[in-house]
Amino acid sequence: MTADAPASSPPAPTPVPVVPGVRRSRRRWTGWMFVGPFMLVFALVFLAPIAYSLYLSVFRTQMVGGTTFVGLENYAQALADPQFWEGLGRVSLFLVVQVPIMLGIALLVALAIDSGRLYGKSFFRISIFMPYAVPAVVAALMWGFMYGTRFGLVGNINEAFGVSLPNPLSPDLVLASIGNIVTWEFVGYNMLIFYSALRVVPHSLYEAAEIDGAGQWRVIGAIKLPAIRGALVIATIFSIIGSFQLFNEPSILQSLAPNAITTSYTPNLYAYSLSFSGQQYNYSATVAIIMGLITMVIAYVVQLRGMRKEA
Amino acid sequence: MSTLTAPARPAPRLRTPRHHSVARPRRSPLLTVLTAVVLVYSLVPLAWLLINATKTQADLFSSFGLWFGDSFSLWDNIVTTLTYDDGVFVRWFGNTVLYVVVGAGGATFLAILGGYALAKFDFPGKRGVFALVIGAVAVPGTALAVPTFLMFSQLGLTNTPWAVIIPSLISPFGLYLMWTFAAEAIPGELLEAARIDGAGEFRTFFRVSLPLLAPGIVTVLLFTMVATWNNYFLPLIMLRDSSWYPLTLGLNAWNAQAATAGGEAIFNLVITGALLTILPLVAAFLLLQRYWQSGLAAGSVKE
Repeated sequence: MTADAPASSPPAPTPVPVVPGVRRSRRRWTGWMFVGPFMLVFALVFLAPIAYSLYLSVFRTQMVGGTTFVGLENYAQALADPQFWEGLGRVSLFLVVQVPIMLGIALLVALAIDSGRLYGKSFFRISIFMPYAVPAVVAALMWGFMYGTRFGLVGNINEAFGVSLPNPLSPDLVLASIGNIVTWEFVGYNMLIFYSALRVVPHSLYEAAEIDGAGQWRVIGAIKLPAIRGALVIATIFSIIGSFQLFNEPSILQSLAPNAITTSYTPNLYAYSLSFSGQQYNYSATVAIIMGLITMVIAYVVQLRGMRKEA
Repeated sequence: MSTLTAPARPAPRLRTPRHHSVARPRRSPLLTVLTAVVLVYSLVPLAWLLINATKTQADLFSSFGLWFGDSFSLWDNIVTTLTYDDGVFVRWFGNTVLYVVVGAGGATFLAILGGYALAKFDFPGKRGVFALVIGAVAVPGTALAVPTFLMFSQLGLTNTPWAVIIPSLISPFGLYLMWTFAAEAIPGELLEAARIDGAGEFRTFFRVSLPLLAPGIVTVLLFTMVATWNNYFLPLIMLRDSSWYPLTLGLNAWNAQAATAGGEAIFNLVITGALLTILPLVAAFLLLQRYWQSGLAAGSVKE
């Protein structure tokens, strides 16, 4: 067992806090000593805000009359709010178009790299992953400049070829332009998740398939894809959550395309504007909770479907 | 097991190349070219950033985007970026480093402890802990952001570094990764042996378990670093005073400066600053790739 080797040789001098009070008989609770610090901070930054937001969502603060308990009125208002529905519709459209494209490209690249048929596969792997290290702010600024008709690539191409490409920041195209930025940022990340899952598929399976006369496509369909279903489900869930939370890219592009991107462009942007420009904290918390619920329900359904196929 | 502790070992390469098979197929130029399309897509914006960081403000408007301008002013741009407005960029850089070291470092530490507990201990409420953390991943940022902001402002924490650091300390993805990694990398018998030798739980953890977790730790550290380094939304709502801004907020403020009345357009500095912002992370990923790639592989979902 080679795993013993690093354990028997003590590591570089690490301070070792010896806690004398720990008794073996209390082992059942020892786990809490390790998970406790995480849960403490978790309670402070996740559970307390969720509870507080539920509290906020059932009150209303008005100039006259102060704060009053309104029950579910804020929820009723949100569900009848066209700006909320418009934003939700937009991120849903984004979800059904952008997520399959992004995950599809990521999967194809992961399969290509894993197939061992590429020249220079580690260069491919690290280079395609690299945009993940670029902050969303920088990505949005960079693409925003490139989209620009002034000193962007779009402007250059128009000048060089005497054509007039449609402005990517116009109201009709800006959602697709945002989709392109998000795809660029996360294709490599998802590719790496798929690739890591493919790596742990036992090679003996491929050899057995080869003996049975199965080709590459058959191996992909019958062995590789089923083997990484867990990774596919997880990546899909993370992408759904990411789409519903869309904020950074539209928020940064807003200064370049103020007419195309309104303050309620996505539900997240709407909740933000309600709070920080409109001081409507109660209504903002309500919008955020509704989005949270919708996200959780959809993520849960995807997980159930993904896992059921597995059985 | 041994591949977990010695991540760089290229096990399959040791085989002598024989005939082509499913496991060792023939290389395909066509597939390479097709995949190169995605490669070009990934790298062109980065090339654009690098090229345009060498241009003056005037060249930005007059020259072709994917080629160099009349003058090569990369060094001038870097110097101006670092000294503009009394070196505020350096201040933002320092703030970012602070948030990353304390926030990402702390998040990694909490994730290691928590993941280790979930993987190696049986304790009351374990299933509840897991369900809570997984459920929390689905909660959108704003659902938390607004109430967190209000809570922190009542505690007097807004507009201080703590407002950015404390929420960064929790990484559900890091906890999940550490949990799967610890379950694989630490043999239960090893812990039993240490306990029989009379080592306390913390001593066992630091002496026995921590070294075995190294590739997983590097992976989680890199991903929490990226999350903290790239954080935009949280500091945006928490910070008003620009002297506490991280780089992301600072760059956006510089970019917005052109749109404000009487503001000086400094797009060359925005572009050079963006380049300087991404360099440390790109370097970290390149230098540490053998660690985090093996960490991800081991932590990936097995069926």
